Amino acid sequence: MRKRAVHRRSAVAVVVIGALVIVAAAAARTVSSSGPTKLTVWAGWSAGHELTTFKKVVAEYDKNHPEVTINVVGGIDDNKIVAAIRSGTAPDVVSSFNSYNVGNYCGSGGWIDLGPLMKKDHIDASMFPPAPRYYTQYEGKRCALPLLADDYGLYYNKKLFKAAGIKSPPKTLSELAADAKKLTVRDKNGNIKVAGFDPVVGFYENTPDRWIQSFGGKWVDAKNHSLIGTDPAWAKWATWQKKLVDWYGYDKLVRFQAQPIDEFTPSQAFETGKLAMNFDGEWRVAFIHNEHPELDYGTAPMPVDDAHPELYGSGYINGTIIGIPRGVKHEPEAWALVRYLTTADHPLAVLSNGLRNVPTTSSSLHSKEITPDAHFATFLTIFANPKSGTSPILASGQAYTNAVQHFFQQYQAGSVKDLTGGLKNLAKQLDAQVAQAKGGGGVP
Amino acid sequence: MSLSSVADAGAATTAPALRTRARRRADWRRRRLVLLLMSPWIAGFSIFFGYPLVMSAYLSFNHYDLLSPPRWVGWANYHYLLRVDPQTWTAVRNTIWMIVVAVPLQVLFAFGIAVLLARAKSGAGFFRTVFYLPALAPPVAATLGFVYILNPATGPINTILGKLGIQGPLWFQSPQWSKPALVALSLWGIGNTMVIFLASVLDVPQHLYESAELDGASAFQRLRWVTLPTVSPVILFAVVLGVIQGLQYFTQAYVAASIASGQASQAGDTFSGLGYPNDSTLFYPVLLYQHGFNDFQMGYASAMAMLLLIVSFAVTLVIVLNSRKWVHQAVPR
Repeated sequence: MRKRAVHRRSAVAVVVIGALVIVAAAAARTVSSSGPTKLTVWAGWSAGHELTTFKKVVAEYDKNHPEVTINVVGGIDDNKIVAAIRSGTAPDVVSSFNSYNVGNYCGSGGWIDLGPLMKKDHIDASMFPPAPRYYTQYEGKRCALPLLADDYGLYYNKKLFKAAGIKSPPKTLSELAADAKKLTVRDKNGNIKVAGFDPVVGFYENTPDRWIQSFGGKWVDAKNHSLIGTDPAWAKWATWQKKLVDWYGYDKLVRFQAQPIDEFTPSQAFETGKLAMNFDGEWRVAFIHNEHPELDYGTAPMPVDDAHPELYGSGYINGTIIGIPRGVKHEPEAWALVRYLTTADHPLAVLSNGLRNVPTTSSSLHSKEITPDAHFATFLTIFANPKSGTSPILASGQAYTNAVQHFFQQYQAGSVKDLTGGLKNLAKQLDAQVAQAKGGGGVP
Repeated sequence: MSLSSVADAGAATTAPALRTRARRRADWRRRRLVLLLMSPWIAGFSIFFGYPLVMSAYLSFNHYDLLSPPRWVGWANYHYLLRVDPQTWTAVRNTIWMIVVAVPLQVLFAFGIAVLLARAKSGAGFFRTVFYLPALAPPVAATLGFVYILNPATGPINTILGKLGIQGPLWFQSPQWSKPALVALSLWGIGNTMVIFLASVLDVPQHLYESAELDGASAFQRLRWVTLPTVSPVILFAVVLGVIQGLQYFTQAYVAASIASGQASQAGDTFSGLGYPNDSTLFYPVLLYQHGFNDFQMGYASAMAMLLLIVSFAVTLVIVLNSRKWVHQAVPR
């Protein structure tokens, strides 16, 4: 009886082992036949050196992770991202050039909530400085992570400064206006040959959201209602800006801008010496290095309101964001890549060196891998400054900052006669716009 | 009643019934054939026009951000459109300006060129080709060309004006000149309307001119009392088409604004220069596009589209009803 039981147990063991061998063989066959998981990453970068660097960083990850192969597609904008998510053809990882539409992506669930994934991997958002930490979430839901940041400062042409007898870059806005006038060269008809500084809203990176940082202006109150109509900083900035525009002559500036001086080409005005000072992002350092290495220039924080010298050294911050779209097929692999790109010092340092963008974790800011560069160091300091800030993340997305920019463009062109009244109206419109974006018919 | 008469009566009632049934069957066969032959059009119409129209009407009462499911909001989008959005009336004003100024000029220009070409004694083929040719240029390419030619700093027009001692206008960079520049672009590419006018002018019966001449009518009187009434149906066609195109004016305004504002230079950026300069090229369809595809407010954009549909229909109806007073109706011979 006992002998028969032993035989039965042996037979069962043989069957179980046999079954396991078959399953293991089948599993092995499955892995080898399907190969590594194919991931696709969409990025906004399209300029040669920017896209090449990003591809290089991803290729390094690809090489070290045989379980995936990654294809990078550049030149992507938010319209393409939304269209792909809607049609169910979104890639595994998406990135956008700026954070303006985070409200839309997080609020709608178009980009998945990264909170649970971060919690599972013990990643704390406090590893990112306050500004990028803020602009990658909406109402507490984190659907994006920062992948390099942009901050803004002053570029100045040292040769033109020397010729005009200016010894150091301006620190206040009255100094900036005075230097701009000294540096401007006109022809006999009064047309601008060299602009000391071009203050026109909409020209290159001149937008109100970036400028208002120099005045310490507030955007919204605790309930996200606009403060543009009540915070005097906005009117103060607009008055300063319009005064300088009027000194040049709005038409003269528009004619100056109509020259072939496109921003992202080698004929950009600062790079070719047609603009003595320029308000620009940190990426210009790499553009100048690649396109006009002979240019003798310096960088400094943006000058600030004379009444707020304590703001000097701070600046506006925004930047590229990265996330995982809804309906992703390979979520674990996609998250592993996003986590690597956004939280590890090495890829952030390599990207920062190639693009000359600011790395976005507090530790990567001090990475020894970052190539020292005096021009770029200015922007690392601006990024680390506790007074640096960003624009609000709201339901209406980019339409919000566009509406603000639109108002100041009207004002500089002379179409708004009552600035205070206009700003109060703008505040009401902005609140209505946010309410409309939430589906309320414009009733805040 | 005899048996034979009953049988006759039965035969009499059966024969028409049979004939009716046969006719109905033939009618049905004919209808089936018609439906079969029309089915590609019916399918295309339903899929590409009917369904989007119904969906657009439905979405106009919803909050729809393209990513989350539509949420019913009743008349909220229409309320925001008509009572709150400050850009609505700017866009409406620009669109009306374009229709009121551009459409009459287009009709006059196309008709004028057609009359001149109809009178050409030699080289008619060459001149017809030359005046028609711009219509073949794709709208985007044509607009790019105009923005280049009218560049205030480096464009050939302002360079020539500069050599004559005149400072040229800012064209697409100026709120005052941007719409006239777009009108110039539309007149340059008027070839299609011009060809229809030319065919109509050449079709005016010669004997009418001869009779008018015998009555002592001058060249202007012949144009006024013979040519114009005869081609009036084509004028109606050109006006209706021009108004509808004016209500849907988009491509040229979009391209001109993006190039002139210098904000189309990097692929990853979402363009925010629509309406440049100073909202002067912000036409109703441009605003609709901005809300739908830049701001991701497709429910609101659908409400705008529905309003555009109703206005287009109403304006066309008014023009057509009004045309009975001035469009010459051909008398049956």
